[in-house]
Parts: sequence; structure tokens; C-alpha cells
Amino acid sequence: MSDSIAIDLRNVTKRFGDVTAVDNISLQIRDGEFFSMLGPSGCGKTSTLRMIAGFEYPSLGQIYIHGREMGHIPPYQRPVNTVFQSYALFPHMTVEQNVAFGLQMKGVDKASIPGRVKEALEMVRLGSFGARRPRQMSGGQQQRVALARALVNHPEVLLLDEPLGALDQKLRKEMQLELKGLQERLGITFIFVTHDQEEALTMSDRIAVMSQGNILQVGSPTEIYERPICRFVADFIGETNFIDGTVREANGTHATLATEEGLHVQGYTPRPVQPGQSATISIRPEKARLLPVNGNSTPAANTMPVRVERVSYIGSDTRILVRAHGGRSLSVWEQNTLSTLDREAYWEAGDEAVLACPVDNALVLTE
Amino acid sequence: MAAKSLDPPQRSDRLRTWLLLGPGLIYLLIFFALPLVVIVLYSFLTPGPRGNVEWVFTFNNYITLFTGDLYLSAYWRSIWSSLLTTFVCLLIGYPLALFIVRSPPRWRVVLLFLILIPFWTNFLVRTYAWMIILANNGLLNGLIQALGMPRQTLLNTEGATLVGLIYGELPFMILPLYAALDRFDFNLMEAAADLGANRWQAFLRVMLPQTMPGVVAGSVLVFIPTVGQFVVSDLLGGAKVDYLGNILQRLFQRSNPPNWPLGSAMAIVFMFVLTVAIIIYFRGTTEEDR
Repeated sequence: MSDSIAIDLRNVTKRFGDVTAVDNISLQIRDGEFFSMLGPSGCGKTSTLRMIAGFEYPSLGQIYIHGREMGHIPPYQRPVNTVFQSYALFPHMTVEQNVAFGLQMKGVDKASIPGRVKEALEMVRLGSFGARRPRQMSGGQQQRVALARALVNHPEVLLLDEPLGALDQKLRKEMQLELKGLQERLGITFIFVTHDQEEALTMSDRIAVMSQGNILQVGSPTEIYERPICRFVADFIGETNFIDGTVREANGTHATLATEEGLHVQGYTPRPVQPGQSATISIRPEKARLLPVNGNSTPAANTMPVRVERVSYIGSDTRILVRAHGGRSLSVWEQNTLSTLDREAYWEAGDEAVLACPVDNALVLTE
Repeated sequence: MAAKSLDPPQRSDRLRTWLLLGPGLIYLLIFFALPLVVIVLYSFLTPGPRGNVEWVFTFNNYITLFTGDLYLSAYWRSIWSSLLTTFVCLLIGYPLALFIVRSPPRWRVVLLFLILIPFWTNFLVRTYAWMIILANNGLLNGLIQALGMPRQTLLNTEGATLVGLIYGELPFMILPLYAALDRFDFNLMEAAADLGANRWQAFLRVMLPQTMPGVVAGSVLVFIPTVGQFVVSDLLGGAKVDYLGNILQRLFQRSNPPNWPLGSAMAIVFMFVLTVAIIIYFRGTTEEDR
């Protein structure tokens, strides 16, 4: 089951006039997977989703759904359903009629429709809302109606186009959990389009990070966060410190970078680099540590003398902005593991310190 | 003792309401309600020998209407041709309004403008223009002959009347439809397609119900003036057959002597039928939307 391929994109390109929205992407999405397409607006994620749904046809390349080439098969003949960003509920129909619509169009046995509608509405905890009109419901409820309306058809793949975008933060978190739970229970492949990296990390089995019509990296949330393969991915997912420089030495898995200020920083190389090449070191703020000037540094760690500029306490973490010799600003996040209000011994602006980061947590990236 | 109310006294509120309503109310009373009362009254009076009215109560006018073949057939002809005009306007107008709404914004203004341009010329003048087009040696026959076909009789036919009516009323159909389609969320068509509806099903189940207010408004705007028309059938239809408007016009003005009571009765029946028909139509088409 989990080995079979639900969606297979082969060299898919989509052009709108002179604009290339999707540029020769290939991607395989497994059966039963919660797969996210993540990227800034205009990266091609929605165009890709719309091509899978059949609202657009590829300019080049093929799309297979469970091994069947989709070609110019119209949306109403594809085994997928979509949850739209705007929900797109039919305002002149009741909630029940909305949910029944797909079954009626497919010519499902009339007697079985009310039961299936009821089941779908109960699944999204709207069992008693069947007689209402969409406009009498809150955004979150409408969202769930849209979900029921799609899932009642038992699609092979459910496509979700930024479905949580219009909800407020709290509701959004609830819906994330609810969606993830539903997906696990039903075992349907979900393809989830979002520009919210946190949302993608929380829910997905795998994520494709997209930019300018290209897929930059496909991987699990951990892989994407811990081992981004290029500067864009490291920058887009979470926060990070970048230090630019030139590769001095490289040995296949690790490389040493020389910065303008003459610092040497060592890091892991997800993609091989050549000496002389310009590259960037990425250090996540929570992977760096601040040590006293004369303290013992961990072996195999990069160190760099810095001065503390600003200390911001934000509850779970303390975020410290430091300045390296040469003027470069870096941030370090330290978790507030000690439950103490006595912060006198803590870092203060003006303190001299040493920033340390294990070599394997510093990544040498190229564009 | 409670604090003094900050609301302005009720009386001045009421005064303001009447002041605002007043002019419209007086206008409607003098120019709408009063003539209507006169017409209702006349319809029960006896026509005099010199076109005057004799104050003798009678049902004869109504009896004449429903027994004389002339009047009933004019009713049917008017209603039938109006229904046909409305239906054809809907068939032409809906796709056209849809096309305009789906055009790029820059073009939309231009296209709407083109729809409105004919209004700048007097309706009679435009109807005369159609006479020139449809005449026996007119523009259309010139084209037909140039294509090597025999000349056709176009003018002074019921077909010509219909063409003239459709031409004149089409903008009144397009504008409300445009307004309704402009409000329509076209994402819903994608949602319908996603749920398995082909284009025709999506149109019938989603777009049409959503734009029904425009269909109703356009139909009423086209139907009502068309039932009472007499100019187009006179000029383009050659006044060969009588429509409701022709008979009314004759009864009030042309016949010798004029017969106002019969004309009034005819107008009252006409108004009654139309009102009932429109109420039924509104009920039938907007029930689901509420």
C-alpha cells in the first residue's frame, strides 16, 4: 500500500503566456501520504495542484494518478477532490445539499446518499448542521463543510489549497490537528498546499519546497529543517544565520569556509562543494551556544568571539543577538530550561562571549 | 428618577419620516392612484354615443371582453409574443452577459458601453431604421439578392415585429443579467467540476440558480413593456394583426366614437393578469434562494 505511487508528475511544465509557473518538475507522491507543497506565493505550488485537479493542463509533461495518465481528462472525471482556499461552498444550497452534490453528480444510488452525507458531516463534527446555509456558519465550520463535501466522494487523493489560510491562529492549530487525524484515520493521500512552513512541518509526512516553479527539495520535515540542501530552503524554513565565504577545503562530507573577516568555519556539506567556490554557512540559532570567554569549548565545534548586543526573553526561549568581530550580527536562541526568576547571572548586553556551534550543525550551502 | 433620555423626541422623528416620504407619496397619489381609480370606475360605466361616459353601472364591458373573439385573441397574441420575446432575449442575453463578465476588465467597460449606445437614439427612429433594413428593396434584401437568392418579404410580418421587439428589449435583459453574473463567484464552477459536474450540470445546478435574480429581473423588464407595445407591431408588423396595445390605443383615441369604459376594462384585466403572472413567476424562481 504505502509503496504504490498515488501521483506521479513527469517533467511537468506549465506556462501562462510568457510566464513559466511550473518549470519541468518531476515528483512522486506515495499512497496514503500527507504531502505538502510549500513555498512563497508565485512558486508554482497552486498551479501544480490545479494541474493535478484538472483545472489546468500541463504545457509539457505528464501527470499520472494511480498509474493512469491524466492528459486532458477534465476535472469531473478525475478520482480526486479539492478543498478550496475560499471553500467555494454553494451558497444557494444547504450544507446537506452541498455535501450530497458530488454523490448526485456521480450517479450514486439515491437511497444511499442521505446516509453517506450524514456520515461525512459527523466525521467533521457537523452532524446537526445539515439544514443550515453556508453563510449562517463560521469560517471554521464552512471549512469543515468543504472537507466533508470533498471526502464524501471517497477520492483517491484529496487536494487542499491553503485551506486554513482564512482562519485565525487558534482555529488554524485546531484544524491542523483535525486534518492530520482525519488523514491518518482515512488513509487517503492528502496533497496540501501552503506557504506556512510551520503548518507544513507539523502535518506532513513529506514536504516539497518550491521556488520559482522549481522543486528545490523533497524530504521529511526533519530532513527539510535539519539538512536543507540549498540556501533558499534553509532560509525559507525556520530561521537561520548565514555566513558567506569561500570554500578552502572540502572532503566530500565536510568543508571549511573562509569568511571575509578571516574566520574559518567548518560545516557539513549536503551537496558536494569545490575549493574556491563561494558558499554560505547556515547555523540555526537554536543550534548555537554562547560560552564564557575562557570556558571549555566542545571539541569539533566552530568557535567565534562575539559581543552580546541584545537579550530578549520570550518565555520559552531567550533570544540573544550577538555581534562578531567585523560587525556581523548573529542570533542565538537558548531554551529557558531552568525555572528561575533569578536572571542576574545571565547574559547582558556588552558581555564578551564565544559563540560555539558543532561542525555537524553548521551547513555549507550553495545557491 | 431616571436620567433624561438622550433620544430625540419621537414626534420629530415621525415628522422627518413624513417629510421624506411626502413628495413621492403625493406624486404617486395624484399620478398613479387617482388615474387607477378613474380607470376602475370607468370600466363599470356605460359608453355614451359621442365617446362620453354615461353614469350607469354595468358589467357589460367585461362581458364584451370575454365574449368577443377580437379581444381574447389580442390578449393571447400579446402574451405569446411577449413570452417569445422574453425567451429569445434570455437565450441571446445570457451568453452575451456571460461573455462580457468574463472579458478582461478593460473590455468589459467598452462592451457594456456598446450595449447602451442604442439608447442614445430615440426608439422610434431606431424602429424606422429597421424598416429600412427589412423593406422589400431594403438593405437585407439587397444582400440576399447579391447572394443570388430571390427577394423575400420581410417587412410587415409577425417575424419583423418579433425582431424589432427583441432588438429593442435586449439591453434590458442584458444589464440585470450582467449585474447578477458579475456578483457570481466563478470559483463555484470549479468546485462543481471538481465534484463531478460537467459544464452543463454545473451551469444548471450552480450558475443558473445563483444568477436567478438577474434572470427574473431581466424577464420582467422585457415582458412588461412588450405586452403593452403597439408601435413596433404597427411599424414593422404592418398593423395587420391586433396586439393588446393596438386595441387599447384604438378604444381610447382612434375609434369613432372612442369607448373609454371598454378600454378601461381591458386595461384592468390586463393589469390583473400581469400582476398575478409576475407574482407566480417571482415565487417560482426565487423560492429556493431565500
